[in-house]
Amino acid sequence: MDLVQMQKSLQDYTKSLFLEGILDSQFLQLQQLQDESNPDFVSQVVTLFFQDSDRILNDLSLSLDQQVVDFKKVDPHVHQLKGSSSSIGAQRVKNACVVFRSFCEQQNVEACHRCLQQVKQEYYLVKNRLETLFKLEQQIVASGGMIPAVELGF
Amino acid sequence: MEVCNCIEPQWPADELLMKYQYISDFFIAIAYFSIPLELIYFVKKSAVFPYRWVLVQFGAFIVLCGATHLINLWTFTTHSRTVALVMTTAKVLTAVVSCATALMLVHIIPDLLSVKTRELFLKNKAAELDREMGLIRTQEETGRHVRMLTHEIRSTLDRHTILKTTLVELGRTLALEECALWMPTRTGLELQLSYTLRHQHPVEYTVPIQLPVINQVFGTSRAVKISPNSPVARLRPVSGKYMLGEVVAVRVPLLHLSNFQINDWPELSTKRYALMVLMLPSDSARQWHVHELELVEVVADQVAVALSHAAILEESMRARNLLMEQNVALDLARREAETAIRARNDFLAVMNHEMRTPMHAIIALSSLLQETELTPEQRLMVETILKSSNLLATLMNDVLDLSRLEDGSLQLELGTFNLHTLFREVLNLIKPIAVVKKLPITLNLAPDLPEFVVGDEKRLMQIILNIVGNAVKFSKQGSISVTALVTKSDTRDADFFVVPTGSHFYLRVKVKDSGAGINPQDIPKLFTKFAQTQSLATRSSGGSGLGLAISKRFVNLMEGNIWIESDGLGKGCTAIFDVKLGISERSNESKQSGIPKVPAIPRHSSFTGLKVLVMDENGVSRMVTKGLLVHLGCEVTTVSSNEECLRVVSHEHKVVFMDVCLPGVENYQIALRIHEKFTKQRHQRPLLVALTGNTDKSTKEKCMSFGLDGVLLKPVSLDNMRDVLSDLLERRVLYEGM
Repeated sequence: MDLVQMQKSLQDYTKSLFLEGILDSQFLQLQQLQDESNPDFVSQVVTLFFQDSDRILNDLSLSLDQQVVDFKKVDPHVHQLKGSSSSIGAQRVKNACVVFRSFCEQQNVEACHRCLQQVKQEYYLVKNRLETLFKLEQQIVASGGMIPAVELGF
Repeated sequence: MEVCNCIEPQWPADELLMKYQYISDFFIAIAYFSIPLELIYFVKKSAVFPYRWVLVQFGAFIVLCGATHLINLWTFTTHSRTVALVMTTAKVLTAVVSCATALMLVHIIPDLLSVKTRELFLKNKAAELDREMGLIRTQEETGRHVRMLTHEIRSTLDRHTILKTTLVELGRTLALEECALWMPTRTGLELQLSYTLRHQHPVEYTVPIQLPVINQVFGTSRAVKISPNSPVARLRPVSGKYMLGEVVAVRVPLLHLSNFQINDWPELSTKRYALMVLMLPSDSARQWHVHELELVEVVADQVAVALSHAAILEESMRARNLLMEQNVALDLARREAETAIRARNDFLAVMNHEMRTPMHAIIALSSLLQETELTPEQRLMVETILKSSNLLATLMNDVLDLSRLEDGSLQLELGTFNLHTLFREVLNLIKPIAVVKKLPITLNLAPDLPEFVVGDEKRLMQIILNIVGNAVKFSKQGSISVTALVTKSDTRDADFFVVPTGSHFYLRVKVKDSGAGINPQDIPKLFTKFAQTQSLATRSSGGSGLGLAISKRFVNLMEGNIWIESDGLGKGCTAIFDVKLGISERSNESKQSGIPKVPAIPRHSSFTGLKVLVMDENGVSRMVTKGLLVHLGCEVTTVSSNEECLRVVSHEHKVVFMDVCLPGVENYQIALRIHEKFTKQRHQRPLLVALTGNTDKSTKEKCMSFGLDGVLLKPVSLDNMRDVLSDLLERRVLYEGM
């Protein structure tokens, strides 16, 4: 695949992420922060996000599997995850967290389980897509090209 | 023959007769001698005796008389010449003294007699004074009784107590057998026995008021003696053997409140009297004395006064109770009104949000739908939906605006804009409809009309649009002219004075149409909300009738005035309004047609070397914030906990960003602790900014109360952060980043 095509496909791919609502404008902000002095900013942040979120999701699963669920422990985790996902721009994950939190407040264990599943689903989705995105970028860089700035028409 | 100088008695000595004479003379002498002794003795005893000289004279007279009689004793027998001589001397002396005494007595005896008369006179006087003293004492006692009675009567303001006390006290003072009070009934035709002192009376015992004895008593203000057999005095069964005591009756005026006029004494021509009947004990020989009658009259007057006071008090108490009840009712009504207002406000607040959201969704999605592929029918349907929902949205906005306007919570959004362009825009908007209706519109802008003005562009446009729209709506033919000028004076409303100040002017806009015109009587109604003229022609044009009301309120907010003139139905009408606008300094300088946007020149174009501290427990957002700030050139230190933050913060850091997303106040405490740390070096304290996901008022207030200098909404964009930092460093406070 030649460079231009790769760049185009990267652009399309990124666009699709936005159109599907998986990412929002915050992600653009992150990309803007990436410059010569800070070339790997985005991937650093995203990696950190993955690490954090994996840990949190584990803790959440453990907490919810207890006989007696301690919502006072569950809520901060969800809050943390919501914060991280919104900082990154993972819109769907953030929304799922919001719903999760409201069920936490109601102390509805059933619903919380469902929410956790939803959050996990969204998280794996975004993780998947971002990893693909980074692979594409690496390919372009390896071919000697520049990663085009994303222009969105909305 | 011896010649004997002896004197022979004239007649022969009769032995018996001579003996008796002898003895009598002897006793007479003794008596005559003892009398002065007695006199002297008694006079000496008495302290006062003014006539000593008389006494001496009298004494001498007696003594000499005694001496004469004594010497007479010797003349019964033959006696010598010496004895006769002594006898003669004595007699002569006695004669002299007697005559002197007799003469003296002529003077003395009247005196002595007058002493006696004086004594008699004094005795009489003393008796009289005694009598009078007795009278005065009685009067004084009566007076005391009256005072006490009055005091008792006036010490209470309760009607019944007053009357009862009167009877009791009167009974006691005058030692009455019975005392009764007859009060007039409601009808005024009868007297009812209301109070008695001792005897129980049957309830509802009445006497017709027109009895002659009662009329007699009521006719005079004095106490009148009446017969014990009159119906008012017959209070208990009469037993034959009692001789009924004297009865006195007196009237008690019942003063009605309406008798009290200001500056007027109450007229005693009031018709209502009560009757007080007093009975002396039967079988006593007591009579009514004058002073007792006077006492009764005085008491009756006092009772009248006391009753009137009691009546006034009752009246005022009643009025006060009424007022209190009214107060309570008013309070309740006010609270209900407040509740209603609160409910309405709550409703409006909710509706504001709840109604707009779906509305926007409908409008947005309908417009999106329009963009897609549709069949002509579908397109028509969608357009109708869009139009209807737009109308609905406008209506909702109008209603909400109006309620906000009425609450006074609406504020003008002032800005600089181009007035000429505004008018042209309005005309462009209206032109399509006007063309369809074949109504030419002309616009006349006065040459001295400023181009760039300061005011609320949106609302002004709304007003002009509304008025011009109305003109087009209600005109079927003719033309419409819109004139805008600067007004200096002579406005229609005399209360409204136009004072153009240096930087302000009054814009006057006149919209004249040749349409249906308005009945002059209807003009005031035009500006009331929801009111519409009833003609069928206008009904069809729709509209909610709110437009003019809202326009008027906006005009008022702009310190202006709006009114409509019409010559009558069918003669068209002119709508005129004045509003106050500010003159922008940039008028006549710039020829730009649009509103030039002054780009926000960052006062600090780069923040190189600016030391900041970021505190965030969330690793990811910490990294993101750090990245932002690093990109802007700051030197960023990151910490992940409150304690670490406190440890690390120093005077070198200019700004501290802290994440306060977690609920509770623990995060805010850190702000206080930082303040504490830097109390000594106030000026070196770093600026504190909170990063939060909530933008509501309570978060803002919380931040302010904990001493934070600013609040930022996460996630922060790069431009936002740049602006915020400039503002912050410039002004050291930021509460607009919401």
